[in-house]
Amino acid sequence: MDDLYREVIIDRYKNPRMRGELNPHDYSYHDDNPLCGDEIQIDLRVDDENRVTEATFTGHGCAISMASADLLVESIVGKDLDQIKALSKEDILELLGIELGPVRLKCALLSLKVLKAGVYGLETLEEELH
Amino acid sequence: MESGPTTNTLDVLRIRGDFPILRRETRPGVPLVYLDNAATSQKPIQVIEAMDTYYRSYNSNVHRGIHTLSEEATRAYEEARRKIGEFIGAGSWQEIVFTRNATEAINLVAYSWGRSKLQSGERVLLTELEHHANIVPWQILADERGIELDFVPVLDDGTLDMQAFKQLLEREPKLVSFAHMSNVLGTINPVREMTELAHAAGALVLIDAAQSVPHMPVNVTDIDADFFAFSGHKMLGPTGIGVLYAKKALLQEMPPFMGGGDMIRRVELTGFVANEIPYKFEAGTPAIAEAIGFGFAVDYLNALGMDNVHAHEQELVAYAMDRLEEVPGLTLYGPTAEGRGGVTSFTLKEAHPHDVAQILDEYGVAVRAGHHCAMPIHERFGLPATTRASYYIYNTAEEVDQLILALYKVKEIFS
Repeated sequence: MDDLYREVIIDRYKNPRMRGELNPHDYSYHDDNPLCGDEIQIDLRVDDENRVTEATFTGHGCAISMASADLLVESIVGKDLDQIKALSKEDILELLGIELGPVRLKCALLSLKVLKAGVYGLETLEEELH
Repeated sequence: MESGPTTNTLDVLRIRGDFPILRRETRPGVPLVYLDNAATSQKPIQVIEAMDTYYRSYNSNVHRGIHTLSEEATRAYEEARRKIGEFIGAGSWQEIVFTRNATEAINLVAYSWGRSKLQSGERVLLTELEHHANIVPWQILADERGIELDFVPVLDDGTLDMQAFKQLLEREPKLVSFAHMSNVLGTINPVREMTELAHAAGALVLIDAAQSVPHMPVNVTDIDADFFAFSGHKMLGPTGIGVLYAKKALLQEMPPFMGGGDMIRRVELTGFVANEIPYKFEAGTPAIAEAIGFGFAVDYLNALGMDNVHAHEQELVAYAMDRLEEVPGLTLYGPTAEGRGGVTSFTLKEAHPHDVAQILDEYGVAVRAGHHCAMPIHERFGLPATTRASYYIYNTAEEVDQLILALYKVKEIFS
Protein backbone atom coordinates (compact mmCIF):
# COMPACT_ATOMS: atom_id res chain seq x y z
CA MET A 1 0.00 0.00 0.00
CA ASP A 2 2.84 2.31 0.79
CA ASP A 3 3.85 1.49 -2.76
CA LEU A 4 0.41 1.74 -4.31
CA TYR A 5 -0.55 4.94 -2.57
CA ARG A 6 2.77 6.70 -3.08
CA GLU A 7 2.84 10.36 -2.25
CA VAL A 8 2.82 11.29 -5.92
CA ILE A 9 -0.43 9.40 -6.49
CA ILE A 10 -2.25 10.91 -3.51
CA ASP A 11 -0.87 14.35 -4.45
CA ARG A 12 -1.99 14.08 -8.09
CA TYR A 13 -5.38 12.78 -6.97
CA LYS A 14 -5.96 15.64 -4.57
CA ASN A 15 -4.23 18.40 -6.53
CA PRO A 16 -4.39 17.56 -10.21
CA ARG A 17 -2.31 19.81 -12.45
CA MET A 18 -4.01 19.08 -15.76
CA ARG A 19 -7.69 19.14 -14.88
CA GLY A 20 -9.94 21.21 -17.14
CA GLU A 21 -11.61 21.42 -20.53
CA LEU A 22 -10.43 22.99 -23.77
CA ASN A 23 -12.96 24.82 -25.93
CA PRO A 24 -12.33 24.82 -28.79
CA HIS A 25 -10.16 21.71 -29.05
CA ASP A 26 -8.77 19.63 -31.88
CA TYR A 27 -9.32 16.30 -30.19
CA SER A 28 -11.72 15.28 -27.46
CA TYR A 29 -12.79 11.87 -26.33
CA HIS A 30 -14.78 10.51 -23.40
CA ASP A 31 -15.06 6.98 -22.08
CA ASP A 32 -15.92 5.18 -18.88
CA ASN A 33 -15.20 1.97 -17.05
CA PRO A 34 -18.70 0.89 -16.03
CA LEU A 35 -17.25 -1.76 -13.72
CA CYS A 36 -16.05 0.90 -11.29
CA GLY A 37 -17.94 3.94 -12.55
CA ASP A 38 -14.76 5.78 -13.57
CA GLU A 39 -15.16 8.39 -16.30
CA ILE A 40 -12.50 10.34 -18.15
CA GLN A 41 -12.56 12.95 -20.90
CA ILE A 42 -9.37 14.22 -22.51
CA ASP A 43 -9.19 17.37 -24.68
CA LEU A 44 -6.21 18.23 -26.90
CA ARG A 45 -5.02 21.12 -29.02
CA VAL A 46 -2.35 20.42 -31.61
CA ASP A 47 -0.21 22.63 -33.87
CA ASP A 48 0.31 22.33 -37.64
CA GLU A 49 2.76 19.50 -37.13
CA ASN A 50 0.30 17.49 -35.02
CA ARG A 51 2.24 18.29 -31.89
CA VAL A 52 0.21 18.65 -28.68
CA THR A 53 0.28 22.24 -27.45
CA GLU A 54 -2.32 21.94 -24.71
CA ALA A 55 -4.01 19.01 -23.00
CA THR A 56 -6.52 18.64 -20.18
CA PHE A 57 -8.72 16.00 -18.62
CA THR A 58 -11.94 15.87 -16.63
CA GLY A 59 -13.67 12.98 -14.95
CA HIS A 60 -14.00 11.08 -11.73
CA GLY A 61 -12.71 7.85 -10.35
CA CYS A 62 -10.30 6.26 -7.93
CA ALA A 63 -6.92 7.70 -6.99
CA ILE A 64 -5.11 5.36 -9.37
CA SER A 65 -7.20 6.33 -12.42
CA MET A 66 -7.16 10.07 -11.67
CA ALA A 67 -3.43 10.23 -10.88
CA SER A 68 -2.70 8.21 -13.99
CA ALA A 69 -4.80 10.58 -16.13
CA ASP A 70 -3.10 13.65 -14.68
CA LEU A 71 0.41 12.27 -15.21
CA LEU A 72 -0.39 10.99 -18.70
CA VAL A 73 -1.95 14.25 -19.89
CA GLU A 74 1.00 16.20 -18.50
CA SER A 75 3.46 13.89 -20.25
CA ILE A 76 1.98 14.30 -23.74
CA VAL A 77 2.32 18.06 -24.05
CA GLY A 78 4.98 18.57 -26.74
CA LYS A 79 4.57 15.05 -28.16
CA ASP A 80 3.19 14.45 -31.66
CA LEU A 81 0.33 12.10 -32.43
CA ASP A 82 2.61 9.29 -33.60
CA GLN A 83 4.41 9.38 -30.28
CA ILE A 84 1.06 9.25 -28.49
CA LYS A 85 0.01 6.22 -30.50
CA ALA A 86 3.22 4.48 -29.48
CA LEU A 87 2.48 4.91 -25.74
CA SER A 88 2.06 1.61 -23.92
CA LYS A 89 0.97 0.12 -20.62
CA GLU A 90 4.60 0.21 -19.48
CA ASP A 91 4.77 3.97 -20.01
CA ILE A 92 1.79 4.45 -17.68
CA LEU A 93 3.25 2.17 -15.02
CA GLU A 94 6.52 4.05 -15.29
CA LEU A 95 4.72 7.37 -14.78
CA LEU A 96 2.93 5.98 -11.74
CA GLY A 97 6.02 4.20 -10.47
CA ILE A 98 4.08 1.17 -9.19
CA GLU A 99 3.20 -2.41 -10.02
CA LEU A 100 -0.51 -3.18 -10.42
CA GLY A 101 -2.60 -6.35 -10.37
CA PRO A 102 -5.04 -7.10 -13.20
CA VAL A 103 -8.03 -5.39 -11.56
CA ARG A 104 -6.35 -2.09 -10.75
CA LEU A 105 -4.49 -2.06 -14.06
CA LYS A 106 -7.83 -1.25 -15.72
CA CYS A 107 -8.08 1.86 -13.53
CA ALA A 108 -4.60 2.96 -14.48
CA LEU A 109 -5.08 2.37 -18.19
CA LEU A 110 -8.46 4.07 -18.69
CA SER A 111 -6.85 7.42 -19.49
CA LEU A 112 -4.54 5.84 -22.07
CA LYS A 113 -7.51 4.10 -23.65
CA VAL A 114 -9.41 7.40 -23.86
CA LEU A 115 -6.41 9.22 -25.28
CA LYS A 116 -5.71 6.62 -27.94
CA ALA A 117 -9.36 6.24 -28.92
CA GLY A 118 -9.56 10.00 -29.35
CA VAL A 119 -6.42 10.24 -31.42
CA TYR A 120 -7.09 7.20 -33.59
CA GLY A 121 -10.81 7.89 -33.94
CA LEU A 122 -10.47 11.43 -35.20
CA GLU A 123 -7.56 10.72 -37.48
CA THR A 124 -9.49 7.92 -39.11
CA LEU A 125 -12.34 10.34 -39.52
CA GLU A 126 -10.01 12.92 -41.10
CA GLU A 127 -8.68 10.33 -43.52
CA GLU A 128 -12.21 9.58 -44.58
CA LEU A 129 -12.87 13.27 -45.19
CA HIS A 130 -9.81 13.72 -47.42
CA MET B 1 -23.74 -5.26 21.77
CA GLU B 2 -20.47 -5.46 23.63
CA SER B 3 -17.44 -6.30 21.61
CA GLY B 4 -16.94 -10.04 22.08
CA PRO B 5 -15.96 -13.13 20.14
CA THR B 6 -19.50 -14.42 19.84
CA THR B 7 -22.95 -12.93 19.64
CA ASN B 8 -25.64 -14.12 21.96
CA THR B 9 -27.04 -16.56 19.47
CA LEU B 10 -24.20 -18.42 17.74
CA ASP B 11 -21.02 -20.00 19.04
CA VAL B 12 -18.93 -18.20 16.47
CA LEU B 13 -15.58 -19.55 17.68
CA ARG B 14 -16.74 -23.11 17.19
CA ILE B 15 -18.20 -22.22 13.79
CA ARG B 16 -14.95 -20.60 12.71
CA GLY B 17 -13.15 -23.84 13.46
CA ASP B 18 -15.15 -25.47 10.64
CA PHE B 19 -13.86 -23.02 8.02
CA PRO B 20 -10.25 -23.79 7.08
CA ILE B 21 -9.93 -20.62 4.98
CA LEU B 22 -10.55 -18.41 8.01
CA ARG B 23 -7.24 -19.56 9.46
CA ARG B 24 -5.23 -18.09 6.61
CA GLU B 25 -3.43 -14.78 6.52
CA THR B 26 -3.70 -12.52 3.49
CA ARG B 27 -0.07 -11.52 4.04
CA PRO B 28 2.38 -12.37 6.81
CA GLY B 29 0.88 -11.44 10.15
CA VAL B 30 -2.40 -10.17 8.68
CA PRO B 31 -5.34 -12.52 9.30
CA LEU B 32 -8.20 -12.64 6.83
CA VAL B 33 -11.30 -10.66 7.78
CA TYR B 34 -13.81 -11.88 5.24
CA LEU B 35 -16.63 -9.35 4.81
CA ASP B 36 -17.62 -10.12 1.21
CA ASN B 37 -20.34 -12.64 2.00
CA ALA B 38 -22.99 -11.09 -0.22
CA ALA B 39 -20.69 -11.95 -3.15
CA THR B 40 -19.99 -15.50 -1.97
CA SER B 41 -19.71 -17.26 1.36
CA GLN B 42 -16.86 -19.41 2.61
CA LYS B 43 -17.29 -23.19 2.81
CA PRO B 44 -17.17 -25.35 5.94
CA ILE B 45 -15.09 -28.51 6.01
CA GLN B 46 -18.30 -30.59 6.02
CA VAL B 47 -19.20 -29.30 2.54
CA ILE B 48 -15.67 -29.61 1.18
CA GLU B 49 -15.38 -33.18 2.48
CA ALA B 50 -18.79 -34.21 1.13
CA MET B 51 -17.72 -33.23 -2.37
CA ASP B 52 -14.32 -34.82 -1.91
CA THR B 53 -15.94 -38.07 -0.75
CA TYR B 54 -18.15 -38.15 -3.83
CA TYR B 55 -15.13 -37.87 -6.13
CA ARG B 56 -13.02 -40.30 -4.11
CA SER B 57 -15.56 -43.03 -3.50
CA TYR B 58 -18.70 -42.96 -5.66
CA ASN B 59 -18.11 -40.62 -8.59
CA SER B 60 -20.43 -41.64 -11.43
CA ASN B 61 -23.30 -40.24 -13.47
CA VAL B 62 -26.82 -39.98 -12.07
CA HIS B 63 -30.12 -41.44 -13.32
CA ARG B 64 -28.31 -43.68 -15.82
CA GLY B 65 -26.21 -46.53 -14.54
CA ILE B 66 -27.53 -49.67 -12.91
CA HIS B 67 -24.24 -50.14 -11.11
CA THR B 68 -23.57 -49.48 -7.43
CA LEU B 69 -21.72 -46.21 -7.91
CA SER B 70 -24.45 -44.69 -10.03
CA GLU B 71 -27.09 -45.73 -7.55
CA GLU B 72 -25.15 -44.14 -4.71
CA ALA B 73 -24.58 -40.95 -6.69
CA THR B 74 -28.23 -40.77 -7.72
CA ARG B 75 -29.35 -41.29 -4.15
CA ALA B 76 -27.01 -38.55 -2.84
CA TYR B 77 -28.03 -36.13 -5.60
CA GLU B 78 -31.74 -36.67 -4.99
CA GLU B 79 -31.24 -36.55 -1.22
CA ALA B 80 -29.70 -33.09 -1.67
CA ARG B 81 -32.76 -32.01 -3.68
CA ARG B 82 -35.08 -33.26 -0.95
CA LYS B 83 -33.11 -31.49 1.81
CA ILE B 84 -33.01 -28.21 -0.06
CA GLY B 85 -36.74 -28.44 -0.81
CA GLU B 86 -37.50 -28.97 2.86
CA PHE B 87 -35.17 -26.15 3.83
CA ILE B 88 -37.30 -23.63 1.92
CA GLY B 89 -40.64 -25.27 2.76
CA ALA B 90 -41.42 -26.54 -0.75
CA GLY B 91 -44.43 -28.81 -1.05
CA SER B 92 -42.59 -31.41 -3.13
CA TRP B 93 -39.09 -32.36 -4.28
CA GLN B 94 -40.44 -32.10 -7.82
CA GLU B 95 -40.64 -28.34 -7.39
CA ILE B 96 -36.85 -28.06 -6.95
CA VAL B 97 -35.01 -27.60 -10.27
CA PHE B 98 -31.22 -27.56 -10.05
CA THR B 99 -29.63 -24.74 -12.02
CA ARG B 100 -26.14 -23.23 -12.05
CA ASN B 101 -27.15 -20.34 -9.79
CA ALA B 102 -29.95 -17.86 -9.09
CA THR B 103 -29.14 -16.03 -12.33
CA GLU B 104 -29.74 -19.16 -14.38
CA ALA B 105 -32.93 -19.86 -12.42
CA ILE B 106 -34.34 -16.42 -13.32
CA ASN B 107 -33.25 -16.86 -16.93
CA LEU B 108 -34.99 -20.24 -16.98
CA VAL B 109 -38.26 -18.53 -16.03
CA ALA B 110 -37.72 -15.75 -18.58
CA TYR B 111 -36.89 -18.16 -21.40
CA SER B 112 -39.35 -20.93 -20.68
CA TRP B 113 -42.35 -19.32 -18.97
CA GLY B 114 -41.78 -15.84 -20.41
CA ARG B 115 -41.37 -16.93 -24.01
CA SER B 116 -44.37 -19.23 -23.95
CA LYS B 117 -46.76 -17.09 -21.93
CA LEU B 118 -46.02 -13.41 -22.54
CA GLN B 119 -47.38 -11.53 -25.53
CA SER B 120 -46.29 -8.20 -26.95
CA GLY B 121 -47.57 -5.32 -24.83
CA GLU B 122 -47.95 -7.40 -21.67
CA ARG B 123 -46.12 -6.15 -18.60
CA VAL B 124 -43.56 -7.39 -16.10
CA LEU B 125 -43.11 -5.40 -12.89
CA LEU B 126 -39.62 -5.19 -11.35
CA THR B 127 -38.08 -2.84 -8.79
CA GLU B 128 -35.28 -0.28 -8.85
CA LEU B 129 -33.19 -2.25 -6.37
CA GLU B 130 -32.80 -5.40 -8.45
CA HIS B 131 -29.54 -7.15 -9.18
CA HIS B 132 -28.77 -7.19 -12.91
CA ALA B 133 -29.76 -10.88 -12.88
CA ASN B 134 -33.37 -9.82 -12.36
CA ILE B 135 -33.31 -6.98 -14.89
CA VAL B 136 -31.39 -8.10 -17.97
CA PRO B 137 -33.30 -11.35 -18.69
CA TRP B 138 -36.49 -9.27 -18.83
CA GLN B 139 -34.87 -6.60 -20.99
CA ILE B 140 -33.81 -9.34 -23.43
CA LEU B 141 -37.40 -10.58 -23.46
CA ALA B 142 -38.66 -7.02 -23.93
CA ASP B 143 -36.43 -6.62 -27.00
CA GLU B 144 -37.45 -9.99 -28.37
CA ARG B 145 -41.16 -10.06 -27.52
CA GLY B 146 -42.14 -6.44 -27.04
CA ILE B 147 -43.17 -6.90 -23.41
CA GLU B 148 -43.21 -3.77 -21.25
CA LEU B 149 -41.23 -3.35 -18.03
CA ASP B 150 -42.16 -1.22 -15.03
CA PHE B 151 -40.00 -0.55 -11.96
CA VAL B 152 -41.15 0.10 -8.40
CA PRO B 153 -39.21 3.15 -7.15
CA VAL B 154 -37.05 3.08 -4.04
CA LEU B 155 -37.54 5.69 -1.30
CA ASP B 156 -34.66 7.64 0.22
CA ASP B 157 -34.52 5.26 3.18
CA GLY B 158 -33.82 2.36 0.83
CA THR B 159 -37.25 0.76 1.11
CA LEU B 160 -39.65 0.20 -1.77
CA ASP B 161 -42.36 2.77 -2.44
CA MET B 162 -45.32 0.54 -1.60
CA GLN B 163 -47.82 3.19 -2.71
CA ALA B 164 -46.23 3.22 -6.16
CA PHE B 165 -46.14 -0.59 -6.12
CA LYS B 166 -49.91 -0.68 -5.67
CA GLN B 167 -50.39 1.83 -8.48
CA LEU B 168 -48.13 -0.08 -10.85
CA LEU B 169 -50.13 -3.23 -10.14
CA GLU B 170 -53.11 -1.45 -11.66
CA ARG B 171 -51.35 -1.78 -15.02
CA GLU B 172 -52.04 -5.52 -14.63
CA PRO B 173 -48.57 -7.04 -14.98
CA LYS B 174 -48.46 -10.77 -15.74
CA LEU B 175 -45.44 -11.20 -13.50
CA VAL B 176 -43.99 -9.30 -10.55
CA SER B 177 -40.33 -10.16 -10.01
CA PHE B 178 -38.33 -8.73 -7.12
CA ALA B 179 -35.49 -9.34 -4.70
CA HIS B 180 -36.33 -10.67 -1.25
CA MET B 181 -33.33 -8.70 0.00
CA SER B 182 -31.28 -6.01 -1.73
CA ASN B 183 -27.65 -7.00 -2.27
CA VAL B 184 -26.60 -3.33 -1.98
CA LEU B 185 -28.82 -1.69 0.64
CA GLY B 186 -29.64 -4.83 2.60
CA THR B 187 -33.33 -3.89 2.50
CA ILE B 188 -35.57 -6.83 3.34
CA ASN B 189 -38.70 -6.43 1.25
CA PRO B 190 -42.14 -7.35 2.62
CA VAL B 191 -42.39 -10.37 0.33
CA ARG B 192 -45.55 -11.82 1.79
CA GLU B 193 -47.50 -8.59 1.51
CA MET B 194 -46.14 -7.93 -1.98
CA THR B 195 -46.98 -11.43 -3.15
CA GLU B 196 -50.50 -11.14 -1.80
CA LEU B 197 -51.02 -7.80 -3.57
CA ALA B 198 -49.54 -9.12 -6.81
CA HIS B 199 -51.75 -12.22 -6.74
CA ALA B 200 -54.80 -10.07 -6.06
CA ALA B 201 -53.89 -8.08 -9.18
CA GLY B 202 -53.68 -11.30 -11.20
CA ALA B 203 -49.89 -11.51 -11.50
CA LEU B 204 -47.55 -14.39 -10.81
CA VAL B 205 -44.61 -13.70 -8.48
CA LEU B 206 -40.92 -14.49 -8.89
CA ILE B 207 -38.70 -13.84 -5.86
CA ASP B 208 -34.95 -13.45 -6.26
CA ALA B 209 -33.94 -14.95 -2.94
CA ALA B 210 -30.19 -15.10 -3.53
CA GLN B 211 -29.55 -12.79 -0.57
CA SER B 212 -32.31 -14.00 1.76
CA VAL B 213 -32.27 -17.82 1.82
CA PRO B 214 -28.68 -17.90 3.17
CA HIS B 215 -29.47 -15.55 6.03
CA MET B 216 -33.00 -15.99 7.39
CA PRO B 217 -35.77 -18.56 7.69
CA VAL B 218 -37.86 -18.61 4.51
CA ASN B 219 -40.87 -20.66 3.58
CA VAL B 220 -41.99 -20.52 -0.03
CA THR B 221 -45.34 -22.05 0.82
CA ASP B 222 -46.05 -19.37 3.46
CA ILE B 223 -44.93 -16.63 1.11
CA ASP B 224 -46.95 -18.28 -1.67
CA ALA B 225 -44.18 -17.58 -4.22
CA ASP B 226 -44.77 -18.91 -7.71
CA PHE B 227 -41.09 -18.87 -8.64
CA PHE B 228 -38.20 -18.60 -6.21
CA ALA B 229 -34.51 -18.45 -7.16
CA PHE B 230 -31.33 -18.81 -5.10
CA SER B 231 -27.68 -19.91 -5.28
CA GLY B 232 -25.73 -22.48 -3.28
CA HIS B 233 -22.45 -20.60 -3.10
CA LYS B 234 -23.85 -17.73 -1.03
CA MET B 235 -25.00 -20.18 1.67
CA LEU B 236 -21.89 -22.25 2.44
CA GLY B 237 -22.27 -24.42 -0.68
CA PRO B 238 -20.07 -24.62 -3.75
CA THR B 239 -20.29 -22.48 -6.88
CA GLY B 240 -22.07 -23.85 -9.95
CA ILE B 241 -25.25 -24.99 -8.20
CA GLY B 242 -28.47 -23.08 -7.62
CA VAL B 243 -32.16 -23.72 -7.47
CA LEU B 244 -35.33 -22.66 -9.16
CA TYR B 245 -38.33 -23.48 -7.02
CA ALA B 246 -41.62 -23.23 -8.90
CA LYS B 247 -45.11 -24.46 -8.18
CA LYS B 248 -45.73 -27.86 -9.70
CA ALA B 249 -48.56 -26.77 -11.97
CA LEU B 250 -46.38 -24.04 -13.48
CA LEU B 251 -43.43 -26.35 -14.09
CA GLN B 252 -45.71 -28.89 -15.73
CA GLU B 253 -47.04 -26.31 -18.18
CA MET B 254 -43.67 -24.78 -19.03
CA PRO B 255 -41.70 -25.94 -22.07
CA PRO B 256 -38.12 -27.20 -21.55
CA PHE B 257 -35.39 -24.61 -21.22
CA MET B 258 -32.53 -26.59 -22.76
CA GLY B 259 -32.57 -29.83 -24.71
CA GLY B 260 -30.37 -32.85 -24.17
CA GLY B 261 -29.94 -35.93 -22.02
CA ASP B 262 -31.90 -36.45 -18.80
CA MET B 263 -34.61 -33.97 -19.77
CA ILE B 264 -36.33 -36.39 -22.15
CA ARG B 265 -38.54 -39.41 -21.75
CA ARG B 266 -38.25 -40.55 -25.36
CA VAL B 267 -36.53 -39.26 -28.48
CA GLU B 268 -37.32 -40.14 -32.08
CA LEU B 269 -35.84 -38.54 -35.16
CA THR B 270 -39.07 -36.64 -35.64
CA GLY B 271 -39.38 -35.30 -32.11
CA PHE B 272 -39.15 -35.89 -28.37
CA VAL B 273 -41.28 -36.35 -25.31
CA ALA B 274 -40.07 -34.35 -22.31
CA ASN B 275 -39.29 -36.03 -19.02
CA GLU B 276 -41.26 -35.40 -15.83
CA ILE B 277 -40.56 -32.41 -13.63
CA PRO B 278 -38.06 -31.43 -12.40
CA TYR B 279 -35.87 -33.42 -14.83
CA LYS B 280 -37.50 -31.73 -17.81
CA PHE B 281 -35.42 -28.66 -16.88
CA GLU B 282 -32.14 -30.44 -16.12
CA ALA B 283 -30.58 -31.18 -19.50
CA GLY B 284 -27.19 -32.87 -19.53
CA THR B 285 -25.11 -34.25 -16.70
CA PRO B 286 -25.80 -31.96 -13.74
CA ALA B 287 -23.35 -30.55 -11.19
CA ILE B 288 -23.49 -33.70 -9.04
CA ALA B 289 -20.73 -33.01 -6.53
CA GLU B 290 -21.99 -29.45 -6.18
CA ALA B 291 -25.57 -30.54 -5.51
CA ILE B 292 -24.32 -32.96 -2.85
CA GLY B 293 -22.17 -30.20 -1.32
CA PHE B 294 -25.16 -27.84 -1.35
CA GLY B 295 -27.16 -30.47 0.56
CA PHE B 296 -24.47 -30.59 3.25
CA ALA B 297 -24.45 -26.78 3.42
CA VAL B 298 -28.17 -26.91 4.18
CA ASP B 299 -27.50 -29.52 6.88
CA TYR B 300 -24.95 -27.17 8.40
CA LEU B 301 -27.37 -24.23 8.44
CA ASN B 302 -30.17 -26.41 9.82
CA ALA B 303 -27.94 -27.48 12.69
CA LEU B 304 -27.34 -23.81 13.57
CA GLY B 305 -31.00 -22.91 13.09
CA MET B 306 -31.93 -20.17 10.64
CA ASP B 307 -33.57 -18.10 13.39
CA ASN B 308 -30.20 -18.04 15.15
CA VAL B 309 -28.36 -17.22 11.94
CA HIS B 310 -30.66 -14.28 11.35
CA ALA B 311 -30.45 -13.07 14.96
CA HIS B 312 -26.64 -13.23 14.87
CA GLU B 313 -26.50 -11.16 11.70
CA GLN B 314 -29.03 -8.64 13.01
CA GLU B 315 -26.88 -8.16 16.10
CA LEU B 316 -23.72 -7.84 14.05
CA VAL B 317 -25.16 -5.47 11.45
CA ALA B 318 -26.59 -3.22 14.17
CA TYR B 319 -23.14 -3.08 15.78
CA ALA B 320 -21.47 -2.45 12.39
CA MET B 321 -23.90 0.37 11.57
CA ASP B 322 -23.23 2.05 14.91
CA ARG B 323 -19.48 1.84 14.40
CA LEU B 324 -19.61 2.93 10.74
CA GLU B 325 -21.76 5.94 11.55
CA GLU B 326 -19.09 7.10 14.00
CA VAL B 327 -16.56 7.47 11.15
CA PRO B 328 -16.47 11.13 10.04
CA GLY B 329 -17.20 11.60 6.35
CA LEU B 330 -18.79 8.17 5.97
CA THR B 331 -22.27 7.88 4.45
CA LEU B 332 -24.19 4.67 4.96
CA TYR B 333 -27.04 3.77 2.58
CA GLY B 334 -30.17 1.77 3.19
CA PRO B 335 -32.75 1.21 5.92
CA THR B 336 -32.38 0.94 9.70
CA ALA B 337 -30.89 -2.21 11.22
CA GLU B 338 -34.34 -3.69 11.90
CA GLY B 339 -35.28 -3.58 8.21
CA ARG B 340 -32.08 -4.95 6.74
CA GLY B 341 -29.98 -8.06 6.46
CA GLY B 342 -26.23 -8.31 6.97
CA VAL B 343 -25.16 -5.81 4.33
CA THR B 344 -23.67 -2.33 4.80
CA SER B 345 -22.84 -0.25 1.72
CA PHE B 346 -21.19 3.12 2.21
CA THR B 347 -19.07 5.86 0.71
CA LEU B 348 -16.22 7.73 2.33
CA LYS B 349 -15.86 11.42 1.54
CA GLU B 350 -12.07 11.29 1.09
CA ALA B 351 -11.61 8.28 -1.13
CA HIS B 352 -13.12 6.36 -4.02
CA PRO B 353 -14.60 2.94 -3.12
CA HIS B 354 -11.83 1.16 -5.06
CA ASP B 355 -9.16 2.92 -3.07
CA VAL B 356 -11.03 2.16 0.14
CA ALA B 357 -11.23 -1.54 -0.72
CA GLN B 358 -7.58 -1.64 -1.73
CA ILE B 359 -6.39 -0.15 1.54
CA LEU B 360 -8.78 -2.32 3.60
CA ASP B 361 -7.17 -5.31 1.89
CA GLU B 362 -3.82 -4.26 3.33
CA TYR B 363 -5.41 -4.82 6.74
CA GLY B 364 -6.79 -8.20 5.74
CA VAL B 365 -10.34 -6.89 5.33
CA ALA B 366 -12.03 -8.27 2.20
CA VAL B 367 -14.94 -6.12 1.00
CA ARG B 368 -16.46 -5.40 -2.37
CA ALA B 369 -16.18 -2.08 -4.19
CA GLY B 370 -18.13 -1.06 -7.25
CA HIS B 371 -21.79 -1.26 -8.22
CA HIS B 372 -22.29 -4.87 -7.03
CA CYS B 373 -24.12 -5.82 -10.25
CA ALA B 374 -26.86 -3.33 -9.40
CA MET B 375 -26.18 -0.17 -11.40
CA PRO B 376 -29.77 1.20 -11.36
CA ILE B 377 -29.92 1.45 -7.56
CA HIS B 378 -26.56 3.25 -7.54
CA GLU B 379 -27.93 5.60 -10.19
CA ARG B 380 -30.97 6.14 -7.98
CA PHE B 381 -28.74 7.45 -5.20
CA GLY B 382 -26.45 9.32 -7.62
CA LEU B 383 -23.45 7.11 -6.85
CA PRO B 384 -20.98 5.64 -9.31
CA ALA B 385 -19.93 3.05 -6.73
CA THR B 386 -20.01 2.08 -3.06
CA THR B 387 -17.92 -0.05 -0.71
CA ARG B 388 -19.87 -2.98 0.71
CA ALA B 389 -19.14 -5.00 3.82
CA SER B 390 -21.42 -8.01 4.25
CA TYR B 391 -21.57 -10.42 7.16
CA TYR B 392 -22.26 -14.06 7.87
CA ILE B 393 -22.32 -16.69 10.60
CA TYR B 394 -18.55 -16.71 11.19
CA ASN B 395 -18.06 -12.94 11.48
CA THR B 396 -17.37 -11.29 14.82
CA ALA B 397 -17.58 -7.86 16.38
CA GLU B 398 -13.75 -7.82 16.44
CA GLU B 399 -13.77 -8.12 12.67
CA VAL B 400 -16.09 -5.13 12.45
CA ASP B 401 -13.59 -3.30 14.69
CA GLN B 402 -10.79 -4.21 12.26
CA LEU B 403 -12.90 -2.80 9.39
CA ILE B 404 -13.33 0.45 11.30
CA LEU B 405 -9.63 0.65 12.15
CA ALA B 406 -8.74 0.14 8.49
CA LEU B 407 -11.23 2.84 7.45
CA TYR B 408 -9.40 5.30 9.71
CA LYS B 409 -6.16 4.29 7.94
CA VAL B 410 -7.82 5.16 4.61
CA LYS B 411 -8.69 8.58 5.99
CA GLU B 412 -5.12 9.04 7.19
CA ILE B 413 -3.65 8.21 3.79
CA PHE B 414 -6.07 10.49 1.97
CA SER B 415 -6.02 13.34 4.48
